Amino acid sequence: MSASVDATEEPPRTASLLSRYAESLFWLARYMERIENRARILDVTENFSRNSIGPTPAGGPWLSVVQINSDEERFFQRHKQADATSVLEFYVTGADNATAITAEIGFARENARTLRPIISTEMWTQINIFHRQVRAIAPADLSPSRLSATCGMLKEGCQTHAGILEGTFFRDQGWMFYQIGKHLERADQITRLLDIKYHTLLPSVDAVGSQFDVSQWNALLRAASGYHAFRRVFPSGMSAATVAGFLLMNNAFPRSLVVCLRQVETHLQQLRTAYNLRAAAPALERLDGLRDAMVEQGIANILARGLHEFLDWVQQELLLLGAEVAAAFWHRTA
Amino acid sequence: MAGYAAPGLFCELTTPRGDSDEALALIARRFDAMSLDELRRRAKVAEDDMYDLGITFTVYSEREAIDRILPFDPIPRVIARREWQQIERGMIQRVTALNLFLHDIYHDQKILRDGVIPRALVEGNPNFRREMMGFDVPCGTYIHICGIDLVRDETGRFLVLEDNARTPSGVSYVVENRNMMRRVFADVMDDIKLRSVDQYGMRLQQALCEVAPAGVQDPSVVLLSPGIYNSAYFEHVFLAREMGVPLVEGTDLTVEDGRVWMRTTAGLAPVHSIYRRLDDDFLDPAVFRADSGIGVRGLIDVWRAGQVSIANAVGTGVADDKAVYAYMPRIIRYYLDEDEVLPNVPTHICGEPDGLAHTLANLEQLVVKPVGESGGYGLLIGPHASRAELDEFRAKLQAKPANYISQPVVKLSVCPTLGEEGVGARHVDLRPFAITGRRTWVLPGGLTRVALKRGSLVVNSSQGGGSKDTWVLE
Repeated sequence: MSASVDATEEPPRTASLLSRYAESLFWLARYMERIENRARILDVTENFSRNSIGPTPAGGPWLSVVQINSDEERFFQRHKQADATSVLEFYVTGADNATAITAEIGFARENARTLRPIISTEMWTQINIFHRQVRAIAPADLSPSRLSATCGMLKEGCQTHAGILEGTFFRDQGWMFYQIGKHLERADQITRLLDIKYHTLLPSVDAVGSQFDVSQWNALLRAASGYHAFRRVFPSGMSAATVAGFLLMNNAFPRSLVVCLRQVETHLQQLRTAYNLRAAAPALERLDGLRDAMVEQGIANILARGLHEFLDWVQQELLLLGAEVAAAFWHRTA
Repeated sequence: MAGYAAPGLFCELTTPRGDSDEALALIARRFDAMSLDELRRRAKVAEDDMYDLGITFTVYSEREAIDRILPFDPIPRVIARREWQQIERGMIQRVTALNLFLHDIYHDQKILRDGVIPRALVEGNPNFRREMMGFDVPCGTYIHICGIDLVRDETGRFLVLEDNARTPSGVSYVVENRNMMRRVFADVMDDIKLRSVDQYGMRLQQALCEVAPAGVQDPSVVLLSPGIYNSAYFEHVFLAREMGVPLVEGTDLTVEDGRVWMRTTAGLAPVHSIYRRLDDDFLDPAVFRADSGIGVRGLIDVWRAGQVSIANAVGTGVADDKAVYAYMPRIIRYYLDEDEVLPNVPTHICGEPDGLAHTLANLEQLVVKPVGESGGYGLLIGPHASRAELDEFRAKLQAKPANYISQPVVKLSVCPTLGEEGVGARHVDLRPFAITGRRTWVLPGGLTRVALKRGSLVVNSSQGGGSKDTWVLE
């Protein structure tokens, strides 16, 4: 059987994919991506909360972690204040918290279990073992001296998953759904991170310059795993505009919003052409609109008109995009 | 294996059989040469691997899902070449007779009219499905997948203990145990010629294509599972992967325009042949249990219209009932005019006056089994029972004699097995698997279950049983 499917011919039945599998692939990707992002943010917050110079952001760096995830209400039902201990507990081991990493790895594994008929044994085994390691994280593993190693383990688990996926996953439409889920999640994470940090780091609109706390902006870039890439692109300085521009618009940074959107688009496009899945059309149209809005405005205009408003709009669009993909491929009513 | 002995019992590794004895001795020597520590170390590696690979069944407590493995014993059970030939012939004979029996009782009922089996026993059986009357299944095959439990007595004779004609499970362990042995005991297996167990998935897929509705080119086969929370989900995954077909749940399927379809990203795709791993009762809420949320509404109508095939067929449970089991030698003779290749364990039917009298008079020497139940529950092992237990059981027996059969206690064969004190003799049974489309094929080997508790005769996984790899010598 040929690996590529001719766009003009009807795909063979063996190329068809159960809707339930498509949905599970989409969510497996999202959960693994989410865990990796969360581990990175927790790690960086710990590192930079202790040696920050200059004014600390309003509410402290740990509160912003809660804000990034829009979890304020649920968080403060459980904890009085957002400090290292409470936030780490909430997001790593938090019992009965669906956004805790231990819960998310459970969801990821459940999806992987559903997918066992079509994923490689290595892929399943790694998630199975990783799940066990994550569930074994104890409060002591979140202490300042051990947190970095714990976050390292989490990131590595997700990256190993990504590597096994790359090396063993069959490149059929299942791959497309995985990639769509992964990059949609990544786009969501980068916009949340930027939205919260940007505003907590900017005491007022024109504070750029004198009060600029480079170490906090470094932290933001590191949380997105983009610090060194940023240095290469902007070796001579750092401003709120260049950082925001980099995270949103850079064409080569794998976590920038444009790259994520391009990935979503590429894979939706392939579903439509190679697999003749015309239901992808509405989602592709929405993506077009999103990309046009970014390219036409440019970062300067976006900042001038209000980054928060822009990111808010992007988030809404991403949500609708996810809903459109679901409606097209697994929540179809017909 | 120092000090290993199994006096008065047949040992599956050390008792010579006048066939393949050299290979048997070589295998025994290789295990003998291994220190107990090394054997334990490797057994641990194997069990850890099973957790990691998810070769597990899930047990649900109130709060959590706990993954358990079927305990794996590293010392294999070995079947000589000629022994296997007999088992294979016996399996084919029995499956053939069972299929003919089912066809008959769901059509002309000659065997009932000829008085070979009491009509009430068949028609009064809860697994007798009137919906099946007059319906022709493709190839005349009702039992596409059959697992038959065999035991071996102290003389080395194989006896049939039980037929499993509904959805027999355990075949995944046959294959995975072999994979495990290849990884962990490559040195012990070196140069020993074993029959392969790798063909099961292909053969099953082939059989399901053979029985697909007439006229369908390149039929679409699926495995229907109750879902990821089912304790046998691993086996469902294993089978779907080995066959290369989608594992579907009831919600993935729908009936429209008199056909069965699955929901895919491209819309509805046709389904022609279904290997279902759920009981009759749950298959179709429109026909059987109305509260089934895991079945497919309308499935049975499509099946009866010949537009989809279901394996195993509905209504096979009547054939593997313990009461019908007692008549199997007569059933084989009736349809095939042959003596049985694999005899039954001598069985007394308590519903018959002679059988009841014999059972009551010899209760402390007999195993008494309730009919229509499985899993080793509710049975009495006379020699192991206390006086009070015997009295209690005698009362139950007298109240409803037709609910029971009795058999002498078979001194089950043993196999060297790793236990806490070292390597000791433990009782085993054997469940070979047969696949039938147009013809019957038997997987060389089978699931060897082992009672890990010393002296125990109960090999069921729900009651402390484990499993071993089963080697059929070339």
